Amino acid sequence: MSKPASYWRLRPFVYRLEGSRCVKCGHFHPLVRKVCRRCGSKNLERDRLPATGILRHFTVVSQAQQGMEKNTPFIVAWVEMDDGSKVVAQMTDCEPEDLKPAMKVETVVRKIKVDGESRLIFYGIKFRPSA
Amino acid sequence: MRVYVGGVGLTKVDEHWERTLTELMAEAGLSALESAGLQSVDAVVVSNVFAESLQEQVNLGAYFAEVLGLRGVSCLRVEAGGASGLAAVYSAASSIVSGLNKAVLVVGAEKMSDATAEEAVALSSMEEPAEYIASLGVSQLAEAALIYKEYLIRYGLEQEDVAYFPVLGHEHAQTAPHAQYQFKISVDTVMNSPYVAEPLRRFDTTSPADGAAAVLLLSEELARKLDSPKAVLKGFGMASDYLSPFDREDPVEMRSINFAAQRALEMAGLSRGSIDFVEVHDSYSFMAPLSLEAMGFAEKGYACHDARKGRWSLSGETPLNTFGGLKGRGNPVGASNIYSLAEAYLQVTGNAEKNQVDGAKAGLIQAVAGLGSYAAAVIIEEVG
Repeated sequence: MSKPASYWRLRPFVYRLEGSRCVKCGHFHPLVRKVCRRCGSKNLERDRLPATGILRHFTVVSQAQQGMEKNTPFIVAWVEMDDGSKVVAQMTDCEPEDLKPAMKVETVVRKIKVDGESRLIFYGIKFRPSA
Repeated sequence: MRVYVGGVGLTKVDEHWERTLTELMAEAGLSALESAGLQSVDAVVVSNVFAESLQEQVNLGAYFAEVLGLRGVSCLRVEAGGASGLAAVYSAASSIVSGLNKAVLVVGAEKMSDATAEEAVALSSMEEPAEYIASLGVSQLAEAALIYKEYLIRYGLEQEDVAYFPVLGHEHAQTAPHAQYQFKISVDTVMNSPYVAEPLRRFDTTSPADGAAAVLLLSEELARKLDSPKAVLKGFGMASDYLSPFDREDPVEMRSINFAAQRALEMAGLSRGSIDFVEVHDSYSFMAPLSLEAMGFAEKGYACHDARKGRWSLSGETPLNTFGGLKGRGNPVGASNIYSLAEAYLQVTGNAEKNQVDGAKAGLIQAVAGLGSYAAAVIIEEVG
């Protein structure tokens, strides 16, 4: 996903957590969907996830994937958003010892990585402990 | 109509720095043909996941036919993440059941040693939805760690409990000539290995592996004419789920695995109690107990306790990963399921040598793509 155009078209979700919410059952999908994967309804509307949630679990990653080599160790969190959706993203502005399951967190847009060849900077949401 | 396995070919799983992907494929394929005493087939199917990324090669079906010297046969390549091998077998078996083909050679091949450790983590992450997982700097390894953490907490388990599975894999691999790691490890080996994404440690994961394995699938009519040992594929079960486990109601409940096993058992007309051994997809250590529980071979949260009691050992009640599984035999991704199926064939034909499960008549082979986004199960039985 390091080509500029393929990343650019993801900005509604990676910057703003926008997607498609099922009008019938309320299930949220990132980005654009035609059919609700949970109930099969074709009645979906554009919506945005709430910017706050509860930390379920976190992991400190020491084996990075390509492109993230210089960022280790970093924290990845499983967050239950306030609407019940689950989002997995990195944590920032904190140390692992600051984190406890069930604490409140909020989204912030930060740098995800700098691409090796084009030096393109990729941004996206991360979580941080709520003030 | 039934589908038979009439021969297999295995290369040693290793880091084959000097050998090409096609060379490994040819060795496994020719060995399978030779074991069945067959010169040609109607079709070849290649299971491979990462060749376009790692070897910059697509069109592997035709390439495989060429290196076998089989010009003019039907061919294709199948990719379904970590379950590619069983998906390839499903495709080949379907073509036999439909009457399109009488003999199909399926090869699984992968060369992961061409990837750095960082590339390997990025490659496995391609099984997850790139649009909203990888794009946020999240790898499959990190997702797996989060699921592992929840699994431990939910069932009151310690990492040491799950560490029994890598230990078991190495124990079974030590007498497997084609295994990558033919040595024993202890629970301490696992627990003293560094974290890659806590609570996952280095020894909870698999290492870069190259290898190719082949199985020759036959129609009943053709199988009767050949003298090689034969086994029958009695049940197939496949099921998809959402790509990201965190989009499912419960990331720890892998219902694709449950559905796949249930469907395969129903098709075979067998109960879990009549399965003599099980081959599961232990790409991450905790996926072994989680799979056994999802398939109903153990109560939820109890597969690790069963491991302590020896239930999954070669001499136990339900031997697991009889040649070491992905952990001990090795995990050349697109080839891994074909190794498992070939090993199961050796078991039910009584040719598993030092790894032979006494009285092995029926085995279940399970494979998983991603973290449960697709699961497959195949049941193999002796020909009575």
